[in-house]
Amino acid sequence: MRIAGSIFFAIITITLIYFLDNQLTVGGQKTPRLGYFLSPQKGFWQNAEPADKKYNADIHLPQLSGKTEVYFDERLVPHVFADNEKDAWFVQGYLHAKFRLWQMDFQTYAAAGRLSEIMGDSANGISFINIDKFFRRLGMVYAAEKTLQAIENDPRTKSACDAYTAGVNTYIHSLNEKDYPVEYKLLNYKPEPWTNLKSALFIKYLAYDLAGYDEDFEKTNAKSLLTKKQYESLFPYVVDSMQSIITTPLPKLVNVPNVKTPKNVDSVYFDYKTQIEPLNEAIKPNKNNGSNNWAVAGSKTKSGRPVLCNDPHLNLNLPSLWYEMQISTPIFNTYGASLPGAPNILIGFNSTSAWGLTNSERDVKDYYEIQFRDSTMQEYWFDSSWHTAELRDEIIKIRNKKSDTEHIAITVLGPVMYDPHYPDKLHTNKYYALHWVAHEGSNELATVLKMVRAKNYTDYIEATSTFQCPGQNFVFADKAGDIAMRQAGKFPALWYRQGDFLKPGQDSSYMWQAYIPDSLQPVMLNPERGFVSSANQEPYVTRTYPYYIPGTYNLYRGWLINRNLSAMHNITVNDMMQLQTNLYNLEAEKALPLFLNNIDHTKLDENASKYLNLVSSWNLMNDAKSVGATIFSIWMDSAIHKVYDDELNGNNPNIPIPEVEPSTLVSNIIKDSAKLFADNINTPEIETIKDDITDAFISIIPVLEKAKNNKSLEWGKFKDGGVPHLLGLSPFSKLHIDAGGGENIINAFEKYHGPSWRMIVELTDDINAYGVYPGGQSGNPGSKYYDDFVDTWAKEKYYPLHLYKEDIIATGKNLLGKMVFSK
Amino acid sequence: MKFIIVVLLTALLGFAAPLYFTWWSFAVSSFVIALLIHQKPLMAFIATFLGLFLLWGIMAIWIDNANNHLLSGKIALILPLQGSTILLILITALTGGIISGFAGLTGSLIRK
Repeated sequence: MRIAGSIFFAIITITLIYFLDNQLTVGGQKTPRLGYFLSPQKGFWQNAEPADKKYNADIHLPQLSGKTEVYFDERLVPHVFADNEKDAWFVQGYLHAKFRLWQMDFQTYAAAGRLSEIMGDSANGISFINIDKFFRRLGMVYAAEKTLQAIENDPRTKSACDAYTAGVNTYIHSLNEKDYPVEYKLLNYKPEPWTNLKSALFIKYLAYDLAGYDEDFEKTNAKSLLTKKQYESLFPYVVDSMQSIITTPLPKLVNVPNVKTPKNVDSVYFDYKTQIEPLNEAIKPNKNNGSNNWAVAGSKTKSGRPVLCNDPHLNLNLPSLWYEMQISTPIFNTYGASLPGAPNILIGFNSTSAWGLTNSERDVKDYYEIQFRDSTMQEYWFDSSWHTAELRDEIIKIRNKKSDTEHIAITVLGPVMYDPHYPDKLHTNKYYALHWVAHEGSNELATVLKMVRAKNYTDYIEATSTFQCPGQNFVFADKAGDIAMRQAGKFPALWYRQGDFLKPGQDSSYMWQAYIPDSLQPVMLNPERGFVSSANQEPYVTRTYPYYIPGTYNLYRGWLINRNLSAMHNITVNDMMQLQTNLYNLEAEKALPLFLNNIDHTKLDENASKYLNLVSSWNLMNDAKSVGATIFSIWMDSAIHKVYDDELNGNNPNIPIPEVEPSTLVSNIIKDSAKLFADNINTPEIETIKDDITDAFISIIPVLEKAKNNKSLEWGKFKDGGVPHLLGLSPFSKLHIDAGGGENIINAFEKYHGPSWRMIVELTDDINAYGVYPGGQSGNPGSKYYDDFVDTWAKEKYYPLHLYKEDIIATGKNLLGKMVFSK
Repeated sequence: MKFIIVVLLTALLGFAAPLYFTWWSFAVSSFVIALLIHQKPLMAFIATFLGLFLLWGIMAIWIDNANNHLLSGKIALILPLQGSTILLILITALTGGIISGFAGLTGSLIRK
């Protein structure tokens, strides 16, 4: 009996252990291995850091050549003092891994199209296999391999990357199962060794995020729906009132490439033929990825020294994209925001100068229709003969399933992103090769590694001259008093509207014929007006520029920054903080009076009139408490749809079309060209712009009533901003942040997107710098340093940033720890 | 007395074994303890259960207090336990306790 009993309970015990040691599927979701996860010795409890934890360590490693001391200040920002540069990058790799390992690893899985390996083919309604296929077909791995080659060919970059990778791996190898970041325990996988290729993938991920936006399929579609006149009016190249970043006059055009428009362009390219079918789900970077940066000269500041400001607008996530640190070596001493994933201080300052970046927003991504001989994609027709395509197999491993393979044909025009097996958004069943500047081997890290040691204007010019993709506006200021701005990047020289639409790929006539020479990308140095600025607007005066330079340029932020800076004198750091967090809505200043002029009061009931009064008495500030901002924001959206939707998509929201910008509606109303679109072509009556604007207002009343009932009529609550965890886990996120801001506002905090790092540097003798980002230095949700900056950031406050000398910080009072790395 | 010795020993070895082996290695030590220090099946179950229940429970409480309940509150939303830290600690302790208890019961039943 007892034997039977013991066997029975042995089976029960083993079964229990089996179920608690394996992932279970509950309600379509995988649980962690619960026994392991709950174990106080191995599981998540080990990630719960003591609130008074100190970060001390003494680490001896044979690969180090000198001594490096790391002091963690009261915000857990490491101040690294290394005997030599190589050790410094090693320690940066170690620290990035120690505080941000999971995010670095996860982001490179995403960039490489490998998420299915850890997440399975789908989970929580997200198809990871589709995301993976997209990144593979975009040529991310292909591009990263080329960048890796460029890194390996440059001794300085290679040395920094090798040291960085060794630092990351030293940390990874020191880990036991219990030490893994909690996300590994939740998803049940292990960190894999870091490689230089992973750093290259990370850089390509930035290229995707910042230079991966295109609307070529949407525009091709719009072209088939609109007359040329309508198209030009809706998607204008030259935007009135846009103030270009660089106003330096261009040199005389000698020895610059002459770009020829193909002869058959009217019949083949500017045609109206594409068949429309349902939308294929597409993945796109956020269109509003952008930024503000500016520098004011000493002539405009109270201290007589330049002040440089920068705030890059990106998706806001926890753990944050940024990691703050100081790195001091005998060659340079720098402080700023680094990106875990590669050796860098991307935006920051050193003991003599400061620099910042905004995105160029240029279109560097075109598609060509390829004619293959048959569906095996082995041969394609190009320049009157059959060419052999190289075939690249991308194998996508899937957790708990058989792997999947994507066959990608590579042509002279680029890898074939879309084919009948992987259809494009328009379901044309055609083959489209992608030409993207990011595919070309380039070494952007070289620029970053030069900027950290840049002493003056000459060094800055030298550093930024090789930068290719994603094209950036580099702002610069130094203690000598120079301020400068240049757009650095590799851009094709295009003919008018080249690459806006899908291009024929049967011959070389539609290819990029040349890249824009440096002489036509002038630098702006110490302009008379006393400041340089950029906010993702057109780089040069498009009206007169010798080439077509398309992009998704922002009108309002740049305009408002310039308006403010022009009027300011005796500028202090405090003034700059106020400008960087400015909430004035210039879009509303321009649009609201036109809307109010075009409203038909007789159509409004009492309730609607009440809301109209609220918006007409609004002070045009997008602050958290503003109701006017809420009303205007949805009124604008609704008006754009009312005026343009019927022409663009026949009111079928599934048809891919480009977005019409608010500035286009404003300029259409002013020029009276909105008449072109005001009539709803689906009704027998002839609507006027007045009808559309009034109808748009009436249609938003139920939305406003609903918001009022939910007590979310105020802009901060209506916008409902936040900083979500990378996996979207709300307990690991910081949500419902009641703060102002918005699209087209200098303080560009939208819902989950906005100023991801705010920095202000006054180049006084000892450097007077401030900064903040919506996150925290630790990537561990179980640490109090995980999201401790978010409230400061949301309240528009800053922390002082210190470029410490070692003897000063070594005796600092509130240190959170000291780590020593040596042989 | 025997009972208390088994509780303490289960806890001690239940702590030591996972330092070197996988998280569930305490099941083996609890089994061996119950095999060697014989008690009636019910008492063996309760003693080995308590050993791990107390070990995991106290460790969780200890860690949680030092952490100011920061992570437990978040995990108790993910798992989902309505954010109840106490419930999370209780489930943690019960998980260790039950496995250990059944392993101990098995060991006790094998003797005689």
